[in-house]
Amino acid sequence: MNITAARTGRDLVLRLYGELDHHAAKEAMTEIDRHLDVALPLRTELDLSGVTFMDSSGIAVILRLYKRMQNLGGSMKVTRVPPQAMRVLRAASIGNVVTIEKGEARQ
Amino acid sequence: MKAYNTMQIDFLSRSSNEGFARLAVAGFAAQLDPTLEELGDIKTAVSEAVTNAIVHAYPHSIGKIRICARLYENRLLELRIQDWGVGISDVEKARQPMYTTGGEERSGMGFTIMESFMDALRVRSAPGKGTTVVMKRKIAARGDEAL
Repeated sequence: MNITAARTGRDLVLRLYGELDHHAAKEAMTEIDRHLDVALPLRTELDLSGVTFMDSSGIAVILRLYKRMQNLGGSMKVTRVPPQAMRVLRAASIGNVVTIEKGEARQ
Repeated sequence: MKAYNTMQIDFLSRSSNEGFARLAVAGFAAQLDPTLEELGDIKTAVSEAVTNAIVHAYPHSIGKIRICARLYENRLLELRIQDWGVGISDVEKARQPMYTTGGEERSGMGFTIMESFMDALRVRSAPGKGTTVVMKRKIAARGDEAL
């Protein structure tokens, strides 16, 4: 799993690449925390277009980011979700908690 | 009903084996010519079951995990994921959405996803003896339009 961060003012875009499973989740969380600590964003976008596989570990990563953004007084959204990851998010009804933007990501 | 093809793999409960387990099952299921979506569902369900075994069955040790896959004539795939770990004392509770004892890197949605992605899910567990998860998924026959 690779993560890149792009910051514009208080807007942060985090892009995830690779497989987001339990094996990758812990490192992903640490890495995301590090980016949040540096950027202290008001709006964070989690771009999943590069995710080739995601299971419920990805949900834990998303919910953790959501909570951290709440603590920062900011907001977050999940964007460009590939079809396989979208099925996981739907099965868990994560859209009830977190904003998921309908995107053009392909698989 | 008798299976016309089977495979079995044993591996250690190391998280680096999660990807291997998914790909091994996907490779075996590929002979049914599943759609990308069906294959994704199967890989996701396997990932959840194997991760449960790694995190919960062997919390402080490394143990053995076994996957048995069977194919039946009616395009049914049966997966059995077995461990010999600590077991689950209350299976009904463990299957509830958002319930987890796995800490913050788990969401408690593993069983929910297995249930929604597979046609059938059975969990047998005995404390101190281990857990067996049996999942079934029928792969739709591909129409002539695919030719």
